[in-house]
Amino acid sequence: MARVAPYLRIAALALLLAFLLQPQRFAPLFAPLTQYGAPAIYDQGNLLELTLAHLGTVLLAAVASTIVAVALGIGVTRQSGTEFLPLSRTLVNVGQTFPPVAVLALAVPLVGFGEKPTLIALFAYGLLPIFENTIVGLKSCPSALLEAASGMGLSNWQRLRSVELPLAMPMILEGVRLSLVINVGTATIGSTVAAKGLGEVIIAGLLSNNTAFILQGGLVTGLMAILLYDAMAVLERRHFGALRVD
Amino acid sequence: MNVSRRTKFDRLGALLALFALIALVFMPFVVAKANRIVPGTSLGLLAAVPLPTAIGAIAAVLVAACIAVFVASPGLRLASATLAVVIVSLAVAAAGSALTPLGNKVVRIAPGSGFWLLLCSLGLMATDAITRLRPGPLLRVVLLLAFVGIALAAFAHGTFDHLSVMREYAVNATRFSHEIAQHLWLALGSLGTAVVVALPLGVLCHRVPRLRGAVLGTLNLIQTIPAIALFGILMAPLAALAAAYPLAAALGIRGIGTAPAIIALFLYSLLPVVANTVLGLRRVSPAAVEAARGMGMTPAQILKSIELPLALPVILTGIRIVLVQNIGLVAIAALIGAGGLGTFIFQGIGQTAIDLVLLGAVPTVTLAFSAAVLLDALIEAMDRTRP
Amino acid sequence: MISIENLSKQYGTARVVDDVSMTIDPHTMTVIVGTSGSGKSTLLRMINRLVEPTSGRVLIDGADTAGEPAHLLRRRIGYAIQSHGLFPHRTVAENIATVPELLRWERARIRGRVEELLTVFQLDPATYADKFPHQLSGGQQQRVGVARALAAEPNVLLMDEPFGALDPIIRGKAQEDLLDIHRRYGTTVILVTHDMDEAFRLGDRIAVMSAGKVLQYDRPAVLLTQPADPFVARMTGSADRALKLLSLTTVSEATKPGTAPGPPIPESASLRDALSELMWRGTESAGVIDASGQPAGCVTIEAILAHGRAH
Repeated sequence: MARVAPYLRIAALALLLAFLLQPQRFAPLFAPLTQYGAPAIYDQGNLLELTLAHLGTVLLAAVASTIVAVALGIGVTRQSGTEFLPLSRTLVNVGQTFPPVAVLALAVPLVGFGEKPTLIALFAYGLLPIFENTIVGLKSCPSALLEAASGMGLSNWQRLRSVELPLAMPMILEGVRLSLVINVGTATIGSTVAAKGLGEVIIAGLLSNNTAFILQGGLVTGLMAILLYDAMAVLERRHFGALRVD
Repeated sequence: MNVSRRTKFDRLGALLALFALIALVFMPFVVAKANRIVPGTSLGLLAAVPLPTAIGAIAAVLVAACIAVFVASPGLRLASATLAVVIVSLAVAAAGSALTPLGNKVVRIAPGSGFWLLLCSLGLMATDAITRLRPGPLLRVVLLLAFVGIALAAFAHGTFDHLSVMREYAVNATRFSHEIAQHLWLALGSLGTAVVVALPLGVLCHRVPRLRGAVLGTLNLIQTIPAIALFGILMAPLAALAAAYPLAAALGIRGIGTAPAIIALFLYSLLPVVANTVLGLRRVSPAAVEAARGMGMTPAQILKSIELPLALPVILTGIRIVLVQNIGLVAIAALIGAGGLGTFIFQGIGQTAIDLVLLGAVPTVTLAFSAAVLLDALIEAMDRTRP
Repeated sequence: MISIENLSKQYGTARVVDDVSMTIDPHTMTVIVGTSGSGKSTLLRMINRLVEPTSGRVLIDGADTAGEPAHLLRRRIGYAIQSHGLFPHRTVAENIATVPELLRWERARIRGRVEELLTVFQLDPATYADKFPHQLSGGQQQRVGVARALAAEPNVLLMDEPFGALDPIIRGKAQEDLLDIHRRYGTTVILVTHDMDEAFRLGDRIAVMSAGKVLQYDRPAVLLTQPADPFVARMTGSADRALKLLSLTTVSEATKPGTAPGPPIPESASLRDALSELMWRGTESAGVIDASGQPAGCVTIEAILAHGRAH
C-alpha cells in the first residue's frame, strides 16, 4: 500500500486538475445522472475559481489560526502563564464539542453574510486542535532535555526555539493537519451563508435535484480534503520523521 | 524582609473581570425591536430594567469581579460567578417583560452583545473555578445536571418567555420537540449500528495485522470527505435505488432525508471506534495476555475477560468522540432534509433571524457538551487500573 | 513424572529446539539453563503447549499432552513468567482465583485457597487481598504471580525466568521462598533461567542448553566435576568451580569426631561458607553443631579442601 501511495496521489491530483481545467470534457460521464436535459457540468460559475476560493479561505484561516494558536500555546506553557493553563485545557476540551456548523451559524448575526463569518468560524474552530496539540507537544518535552539545555547556557527564548519547538513540531503539524481537513468540510457549509466555495455546487444540485452537480461538488471537495491530508502527512514525515516518539 | 503578600493578584480573574465590566458599562444589554423584521434599538442595563433589578445585577457582577481578582478559594469563585450568572439571566428576563407592552406578542426583545459578553466572562470565571476544584467524575455529572436542570426549569417556568428566542420557540414548539427527538434518534441510532460493526472489525484488525493498514486507510479516507459532500455522493445511488425498487421507496429510502444521513453517519462513526478498538487492544499488557493463555483461558475467554475490559476506556473514548461528532453532523444533515435541530439553524440563516439560529444552535451545543461530560465521567469512573 | 521424547521445534529452516529428550522425576526442581536464543523458553513452553512441537511428544504421568485440548491441559499446569502478567483490572485475590474459577471450584474453597497462598507468600490477606497490582511493589507482584500459578494445586509448575526482574537483594529472598514452597507443596518445578548461580542454588538437576540441544542433564555436582562439553564447563565457570562444588555440600559431610575452640558452625551450612568463616577467623578448625544445637564434631580446613578437589 505504501509503495502504491505516491502514484495514487499523483493520479488523484492529475485527475482533479484535469477536471477543474477542462470540466466540459467530463460531461458525458455525468450526463446519465441528470434528468430532463439539465446541464451535466456546473455552469453557474467557474469550477476552478470556486475551488481556488474555497482553498484560499481554508488556507487563510489555517495560517491565522496556526500563528495565534501556537503563540497562545507557547504563552500558556511558560512559567508566567501557568494560571491560564487549566482553563485553557478545559476550553479546548469544551470547545471541541461545539459542532462547527453551530460556530458558523453563530458568527453570522455578528458580522453578516459572506466570507467574514466563514473565516471567523474556520479561524475559531481551527484554533482548538492546534492549540491543544501545541500544549501537549510542548509539555511532553522531557524535562531532562530542558535541564540540559538550560545547563548549557541557553536562554529561555533560545531553548524554546532550538529545543522545545522542534520537538513539539510533529504534534503541532498533526494539529494543523486535523484543523485543515475539518475546515475544508466546514467551508463547504460556508456556502449556505453566501461564502464563495464548492458548497455552492452541492447546494445548487440539492435545490434543483441535479445529482450530477452534487457529485461534482462532493468529489472535488473530497479529493481536495484527501490531497491536503496526504500532503501534510508527507510534510510531517519528511521533515520530522526522526523526531516522532510513538 | 518579612513582608508577606496576603492579596495575590489573579491575572486571569482580572482579565475576565475587565471583560465583564466593559460589557456591563459600554455594551448594549438588550436589543428591542418593534417586530421581527425592523432593526432594533440597543439599550444599556439601566435603560432596560427597573432600577432595583439593575442595582442587583450590577452588585452581583462587581462582587464576582472582585472575588475573581483577589480571592483564591475556588469554591467562593464558583459561587459568586454562578450567582452572578443567575442574577444577570434573571435581569435579561426582566428586561423582556419590562419592555413588552401587556398582551403584545409582536415585539421582539433580544439579549444584546453586552449580555452575551457578560455571560461569557462570568461563565469562564465559573468554568475556571470548577477546573481548579478538580472535581471527580461524579461531581462533574452532578454539576452538569444541576446547571442544565436549573436552566430547563427556568425555561419551563416561563421566566424567559418575553425574550425573542422563546417567542420563536412558542411559534415552533411542537416542531421543536419533534426535531430534537429526530436529532437524538439519528445521532444515537447511527452510533449504535456503527458500534455493532466497528467493534468486531476492530478486534479482527487487531488479530490480523495485515488487515489493519487497508481497513484503517480506507476509513481514514472516508473521514476526510466533508460531510455535505458525502451526503451528496450518497444521494445519487439511493435515489436510483428508490426509483428502481418501489419497495425501497415504501420503506422510506429516498435520495434525500434520513436514509443518506444515516448511512453517512454510520460510515463516519466507523473510524474512531475501529481505530480506538485497535489502539486499546494494543495497549493491553502482552504479559497479561500471555499469562492468561498459559493459565488455560480460551481465546474467547481472554478476549472477554482480559482484553476487552482493559481496552474499554480507550474504546469508550472513541465512542465519545463519535457521539459528539455525530450530534454536530446531524445538524448539517438538515440541509438534505433529514430533520433535526439543524433545520432551525439553516432556517434562521436563510431568514437572517438570529433567534431561530439560537433555537437550533444552543440545544445542539448543549447536547454535544453534555454527551462529552457524561461519557468522560463514565470512562474515568470505570478505570480501575488508574492509581 | 514428565517425559520429554525427541521434542523439536522448527521455525522455517531454524531448529530452535533440536531433538530434546529428558525425564523429570516427580517432586523435583529442574532448572534449564542457557544463554538467550538457546531454546530454553521454547522448550518450556512446549510442555504446556503454548508452543506446539514440530515433532516429538511430552508425556505427563504417562499421558500424551497432545491428547487433550491445550487450554484444559494448561489449567492443570502452573505457569509463572518474568513479567508476572498480573491482570491490572483485578484485585490480588481475583488474580489468584483465576484458574480455580475456570475450574469451577466452590466459592468457599477458592476463598480458603487464596487466603492460604497469601499467608504462605507472606502477604497478609486482610491487607493485600483487595489491592490492585499497581499498588504493590515489584517483589510483591512477583510473589502474587507465583501464588496465582499455584492456586489450582497443580502437580507441575513451569517458571520462565521468574526472578529476572527483581533486584539482587530481593532475588535471593525470592529464591529461598521458592525452595520453601517447593518443599511445602512438593510440586514438580521446571524453571528456566540464564543465571548459572541461580541454577546451582535451586536445581536438583540442571539441564544446560545451547543452540536447541541439551548438552548435559544431571545433578549440579556432576556438571561441575564431569562436564560433558566444553560449553558446559565454560558456563559453570571453570575459575571458581571448586568453590561452587563446596557450596553444594554441607558441613555435615565433612564433620569428623572431635572438638575445636571458638564459636561452632551449623552442620547445615555449606562447605563454602564454612571455609570462608575459617579463613576469616584465621583458624584451622571449628566445632560443628546440629539442628538442635548439640555438638556434632568438628570440621577442618583440610577436610573441606579435600571435598573441593576434582574427582
